[in-house]
Amino acid sequence: MKDEVTSRDERVANLKGMGASRKRVEDARFTQGKGNYVDDVKLPGMLFGDFVRSPYAHARVNGINIEEAMKVPGVLAVLTAKDLEPLGLHWMPTLAGDKQMVLADGKVLFQGQEVAFVVATDRYACADGVEAVEVDYEDLPVIVDPFEAMQSDLVLREDLEAGADGAHGPRKHHNHIFLWEEGDEAATNQALESSEVVAEEMVYYHRTHPCPLETCGCVASMDKVNGKLTLWGTFQAPHVVRTVASLLSGIDEHNIRVISPDIGGGFGNKVGVYPGYVCSIVASIVTGKPVKWIEDRMDNLMATAFARDYWMKGKISATKDGKITGLHCHVTADHGAFDACADPTKFPAGFFHICTGSYDIPVAYVGVDGVYTNKAPGGVAYRCSFRVTEAAYFIERMIEVLAIELNMDAAELRRINFIKQEQFPYTSALGWEYDSGDYHTAWDKALEAVDYAGLRAEQAQRVEDFKAGKTRKLLGIGLTHFTEIVGAGPVKNCDILGMGMFDSCEIRIHPTGSAIARLGTISQGQGHATTFAQILASETGIPADKITIEEGDTDTAPYGLGTYGSRSTPVAGAATALAGRKIRAKAQMIAAYLLEVHDDDVEWDVDRFVVKGAPERFKTMAEIAFASYNQAIPGVEPGLEAVSYYDPPNMTYPFGAYVCVMEIDVDTGEHEVRQFYALDDCGTRINPMVIEGQVHGGLTEALAIAMGQEIAYDDMGNCKTGTLMDFFMPTAWETPHYTTDHTETPSPHHPIGAKGVGESPNVGGVPAFSNAVHDAFRAFGLRQSHMPHDHWRIWKTANQLGLHG
Amino acid sequence: MTKTHVSLTVNGEKKDVLVDPRELLIHTLREQMDITGPHIGCETSHCGACTVDLDGKSVKSCTMFTVQAEGADVTTIEGLGSPDGLHVLQEAFKENHGLQCGYCTPGMITRAHRLLQENPNPTEEEVRFGMAGNLCRCTGYQNIVKSVLAAASEMNSAKEAAE
Ligand code: FES
Ligand code: FES
Repeated sequence: MKDEVTSRDERVANLKGMGASRKRVEDARFTQGKGNYVDDVKLPGMLFGDFVRSPYAHARVNGINIEEAMKVPGVLAVLTAKDLEPLGLHWMPTLAGDKQMVLADGKVLFQGQEVAFVVATDRYACADGVEAVEVDYEDLPVIVDPFEAMQSDLVLREDLEAGADGAHGPRKHHNHIFLWEEGDEAATNQALESSEVVAEEMVYYHRTHPCPLETCGCVASMDKVNGKLTLWGTFQAPHVVRTVASLLSGIDEHNIRVISPDIGGGFGNKVGVYPGYVCSIVASIVTGKPVKWIEDRMDNLMATAFARDYWMKGKISATKDGKITGLHCHVTADHGAFDACADPTKFPAGFFHICTGSYDIPVAYVGVDGVYTNKAPGGVAYRCSFRVTEAAYFIERMIEVLAIELNMDAAELRRINFIKQEQFPYTSALGWEYDSGDYHTAWDKALEAVDYAGLRAEQAQRVEDFKAGKTRKLLGIGLTHFTEIVGAGPVKNCDILGMGMFDSCEIRIHPTGSAIARLGTISQGQGHATTFAQILASETGIPADKITIEEGDTDTAPYGLGTYGSRSTPVAGAATALAGRKIRAKAQMIAAYLLEVHDDDVEWDVDRFVVKGAPERFKTMAEIAFASYNQAIPGVEPGLEAVSYYDPPNMTYPFGAYVCVMEIDVDTGEHEVRQFYALDDCGTRINPMVIEGQVHGGLTEALAIAMGQEIAYDDMGNCKTGTLMDFFMPTAWETPHYTTDHTETPSPHHPIGAKGVGESPNVGGVPAFSNAVHDAFRAFGLRQSHMPHDHWRIWKTANQLGLHG
Repeated sequence: MTKTHVSLTVNGEKKDVLVDPRELLIHTLREQMDITGPHIGCETSHCGACTVDLDGKSVKSCTMFTVQAEGADVTTIEGLGSPDGLHVLQEAFKENHGLQCGYCTPGMITRAHRLLQENPNPTEEEVRFGMAGNLCRCTGYQNIVKSVLAAASEMNSAKEAAE
C-alpha cells in the first residue's frame, strides 16, 4: 500500500479532523467575489417587487388608490390586502402563535408596516410605482411604551376578540399577550423576606436589531407548467420555510423547493417568515414570472426582526456574607404590534429562565408579561439562544448590584456562589439540567490572566487621582461569568410550528473514498462546509479535504430545523458524528470480510480497520468504500451511505469568563476598551481558528449593543434609527483587540462533547462591556444606568453623579 | 426616460452600456454586466460592501451614477487575482480567517488593495483607520486587520526580492 510508510501522526494530520485549525473551504469563492447570495440570483424574465410602507405607527387605512401606480412604465401589478384575502393570505401565522398582517388590512400598527406590494420589470420602475400608490391614512393615537399599553383604553389589536385567551393562556388586558411563569413565587418571596440583604433593580435591555450586512430577500419562481414553486431566500431554516409555504399556499410540499444560497450573515434576522416572502410567491403565481424582493437597509431596520426590549425588574437576596438565597424577576416584554417572536412554541419567553446564570441559587421565580405596542414585530434571538442574552445580562447586572449592596468585590461574590464542579449535572431552581461545567477553574484562570488584583489597585489609585484633580479619566473593570443554554432542542419539549427541533445528516461515501454529506442546517458564515467535514473526517477516516458538505436545498438535504440559537454543532453536529459512526459500523463488517476475520477481530485506527494484534493487516476506509461498491459481500447491502436524525437528550451549557477593562472620559463620555479577555468553554473544540473568529465577531456585536446600537422610537412611533447613520455599527477603528482563551469541559451527553460557541461572546460580551461602564462609576455611587452606553448617556451619568463640578 | 450611452473600462475590458441617468454604478455592474462581486449592504455609502476601485480611488459604487463613470477605469474584486492564482490579499484573507459570511469581503479586499498602494507599510492603527469605511458584521475586524498586515508584508518582501 502506498500509504503504509506514513506514520500514524501523519495520517491523523492528513485527516484535518477535529481539533485542527483547518483553513476554510468557503473562502476561495468568497474572496474572489464568486459567492452566490440571493441578490445574485438572476432568472429570465425576472420581475422586482417592493413595498409601500406606512409612514404612521398607528392609523386606519381608509383606501388605497393604485391607479397612478399602474400607469408607471414597467409596473405590472400592485397587490393589496384585498387581493390576498380571497387566497386567505392577507394575514399569516407567526412563529409565536399569533397572526400578522401580510398587507395592511384596514389599519396599520407600526411605522414601516407593509401596505401594498408593487411588481415591476426592474427595481427603478418598482420604486416609481411605490411612490405613485396613494394611501388614505387616518392617524390614531400611538403607544410606544409597554407599561402605558397595559394601562391604556386604546385597543391596538382590534382583530383579537376581547377577553379571549391568547396562544399562551389568558390575556389580562386588551394589549396584553401572555403571562408566562416559571419557579416557585411564594417560596421565592419568603426567601427574599427572610434574607439579611435584598437588592432590587430595574434592568432594561433595550431594543436592537441583528442587522446582518446582507438584508433579507427572496426570489419566488412558480413554474405553472410543472406546478413547482422554487423559492430562493435568506432563510436560516429552509426546511421550515418549505413546510410553512406549503401550509399557507396549499401547494403540496413535494412541489416546493426552497433554496438558501450563500447567506450574508443572519444573527437571527433570517429565521422568521416575512410578508415579503408571501407577496413574492403570490406575485409569481399571479404574473407567471419569477419575482425578486430584496429589502433595503431601512426596510430591514424598521420592519423585520428587532431583538430584546425587555424591562426586567429583579430582586436578589443573600446572607450578609454573600451567599445568594433567592432571585425574583418580573419582565415586561415589548413585543411590538404582532407577537412574531422566534422561540420554540412552548417557550413564549424563550429560555429566559436560564437567568439564575452560573450561580447556585436555591429558589427563584420568573414571570414574563408580553405586551403589544405600536412598534415593529419581531423579538428574534439576535446572536442568542432565545432570550438567553437578556437572561445573562439580567443576572450579571443583579450580581453587580448585590455586590454594591453587600459592599463586596464582585469577583468574589461570583466565586462564592458558583455552582461547583461536583454539582453537575445540576438542576437549577427554574428547572434546567446543566450538563457540565467547571466555573471556578475558568474564573481563576481569567482573573489571573488579567492580573485582577493589580487592576483593582490601579483602579483605586485612579479614583484617588480623579478626586485629587489629577485625571479626568476613570477605569472600569467589567466582569462576567455567563452560562448559556443552546442546542434546541429535545423534541419532547422543543418545536417550531409543531416541527420537533431535531437535526439531520446524510452521508454518501463515493467508490473512490471521497464523500458528500448533507445537513438540515445552513451556514451564514459559520463555516459549516469546513467544520462539519472535520467531524466526519475524525469519525470516518476520510480526509476533510475529500468531503463536500452541502446544505440549504430542501430537494436534496434531509429535513432539519436550521441554524440559529447555536444549535448547529450541538444538534446537527451530533447527527453528523452519529451518521459517521453508522458508516464505520458498516465499514467494519466489510473490512472483516475482506480480511477474512470475525467482525470483532478488527479495530478502528484513524482511517482504517486493523486486525487486532496484527497491525500489518488492515483495510483503509478508501479500500472499504471501493469494496462496498464492487464486491458482493454476504449479508451486506452494496454501497456506503448513512443518515442520522438526532433528537438531543438535553441542551448544552457552554460558559465563559470575560473581563473588559475600559477607560472612560468623564467630560466627553468617550470610552476606550483597553483590554478585553474572553475565556470560552464550549466543550470539545472542532476548529480553534473558527471558534476564535466567532468569538471576535460575537464580541463586536456585543460592543455594538452595549455601547450604542439601538432601535429607538419617538412618542409618535417614528423609528429614529432606520439607517446605518443612526444605527451604530462599529468599524475597525472603534473595535478593540481581543484576547481569547479557553478551558474545555465536554458535554457528557453529546456524541463528541461539543457545546456550540457562536453566541457565547454576545451573551457574555454585553454584560462585560456594560459592567465595565458601571464599575468605573461605582466609587461615585452609580448602581444602574440603561444601555446603550453611548457617549451622551455616559456623559449624562457622570453629570448626574456630580462629576462635572 | 432617455437612456444615456456610457463607455468605461471594467477589469481591463472596455464596456459600453445604455443607462438611465439615475442608474447607480452598483446596479449597472451587478445587473447589466453580471459583476456580482461588489454587494449592496445599505445603498447609503455607510457599509462599503459595494466598494470598487475607480481611477485609482476607492469608491462606493452605490453612491455614484453610472453616467459619472464615463471614461473611467474600474476594478472590482473580479479584477484582482487571476484564474490561475489568488491575489496576495485574497490569499491572506483566506490564511488568516479574515472572513466569515463573505458578504463584506469583496469590498474589504478591494479597499485593502487601494490602501496598500496608498500606504504600502501601514501600522495596525493605520489599517484600522484606512478600512473604517467598510463594515463587517461577522469577524470583529481582528482577522481582517491581520490579513491586511500579512498581505502588506508579503507584498513588501516580494518587492524587495525583485529589487
Ligand atoms: S452599499 Fe454602498 S456603501 Fe453600503
Ligand atoms: S464576513 Fe460577514 S460581513 Fe464580513
